[in-house]
Amino acid sequence: MMALLSVRGLARSYYGVRAIAGLDLDVSGGTITGLIGPNGAGKTTAFNVISGLVPPDAGTVTFDGTDITGFRPDQITRRGLVRTFQIARGFPRLSVLENLMLYGARQPGESLPVALFGAWAAREDELRERAMATARRLNLLRVANNAASDLSGGQKKLLEIGRALMTDPRMIMLDEPIAGVNPTLSAQIGEHLLTLRDEGITFLIIEHHMDAIARLCDPVIVMAEGRKLTEGPFSAIAADHAVQEAYMGRRAGHLAAATP
Amino acid sequence: MENYLVAMAVFAGLYGLMALGLNVIWGMTGMINLGLVGFMAVGAYTSALLTVRHAHWPMWAGVIAATIVSGIAGAVVARITARLKGDYLAIVTLGFSEVVRLVASNEIRFTNGTDGISAIPGPFRGEVAPATFNLIYLGIVAAALLVVYLLCQRLRHSPYGRVLRAIRDDDQVTSVAGKPVLRFKTEAFAIGAAITGFAGALYGHYNAYIAPEGFVPLITIYIVLSLTAGGTGTNAGAVVGAALVVAFMEGTRFVVAEIPGLAAVQVAAVREFMIAALLILVLRYRPQGLFPERHARHATPDTTP
Repeated sequence: MMALLSVRGLARSYYGVRAIAGLDLDVSGGTITGLIGPNGAGKTTAFNVISGLVPPDAGTVTFDGTDITGFRPDQITRRGLVRTFQIARGFPRLSVLENLMLYGARQPGESLPVALFGAWAAREDELRERAMATARRLNLLRVANNAASDLSGGQKKLLEIGRALMTDPRMIMLDEPIAGVNPTLSAQIGEHLLTLRDEGITFLIIEHHMDAIARLCDPVIVMAEGRKLTEGPFSAIAADHAVQEAYMGRRAGHLAAATP
Repeated sequence: MENYLVAMAVFAGLYGLMALGLNVIWGMTGMINLGLVGFMAVGAYTSALLTVRHAHWPMWAGVIAATIVSGIAGAVVARITARLKGDYLAIVTLGFSEVVRLVASNEIRFTNGTDGISAIPGPFRGEVAPATFNLIYLGIVAAALLVVYLLCQRLRHSPYGRVLRAIRDDDQVTSVAGKPVLRFKTEAFAIGAAITGFAGALYGHYNAYIAPEGFVPLITIYIVLSLTAGGTGTNAGAVVGAALVVAFMEGTRFVVAEIPGLAAVQVAAVREFMIAALLILVLRYRPQGLFPERHARHATPDTTP
């Protein structure tokens, strides 16, 4: 089966430091694929390049059969691939509802002449209803009129997911969706992701929380030093010596090998 | 005295228009623009050149041309500065307005240089008493202000305005939200510049005379002060803030006159000092302005308050 998202030979350096160096990875439709690796492995850079925020030095990104390398972020989002941000970034001065509605696609009122002289109220009502439904689903309805800056850390993570959902995505890339969230809420977020996957949305998730990875992700891709190290089900990854080395550091391994 | 008050009301209206223009660029979209007076100059010169110096177009055509030309200038500046933000955008836009002023001073054959352009026509000027002319012009400016205000209100509360406010908070995330950010930034800059150029053209036809020295960066600062005092991001704030700033600037004239023993130069300096003090006080005690921004609230079903 052809992968929904396919990355080949992707490379990006910052001032001579190679953040990703020849990354190959595939995400199959209908999966929650995990992306793990030690700090500095290049996970977030990979997200930035795939989502179009940062242009690659080399390599290609193919989504749903289309080469999207070099596309702008808005073009990629409109093709059905949307991402969230690690530190809940967004629009603190917009209300939760406005945050959600902003992400809606096909808004005639975003054209200047239509905004001033045309009719956009019908689509706006439709979008508001949709945003309300999304907020209800994510337990954000109570705070729908609050400014996004008033939300708790966990609610901000939920809002990130909600905003992504508003674009009618085929695939969502989540950058640490549960880092720093209390266990109850993180379990809730996990349930949401499983339900959404069953509804047909594919996920690629960066996360450091191994319990969550074990529960949600199959397969898991391990990155180290800007490349894919290995890939497989979580149990196989956890037992992999090379993965442990990547996390714990290689020096100890070298020393162990050198000692007779 | 009545004439003086009417004239001040006209100026308050012109400042209000320019503050509305700045509100689109800075208040809604978050792009700093310290070159506002440059667009005012482009508008004033375009209309003056077309109605008296190089051609004799009717005034309305001159004003429309001025609005379009300033809007195009705004779009060009927005494209050139597309990758700049914050302080860098501030300094480049400031440079733009100075370039406009210096070109107007030095391209003597085209603009008549520092001598300026005089005898710019005004509606019914010379046909009616000066006091009546002032009142007619006040009506024109008030009508223009009302129309522009309503358009800006509609823009702000439309999905378009929501995208602009999103760009103000984080343009990268707005891009991920599926919005072509550069298009929005360019259009917003062009709209703001067009409104400012429109005000500049109205200023020229009112004053009958324009010269490069009338378009110094201090005017930009007054407009920034108007918007800050009124409430950055709100259109009502822009209009009310402009009225207050004009009233305050003129008020200082009378206050300073009461201070004994000041030479004329000192009087001017004390007035500028008072205006600077006002800006600092506003930023210190009411940074959100008189009309702080609020977002729309919607009834949410199925929740208990």
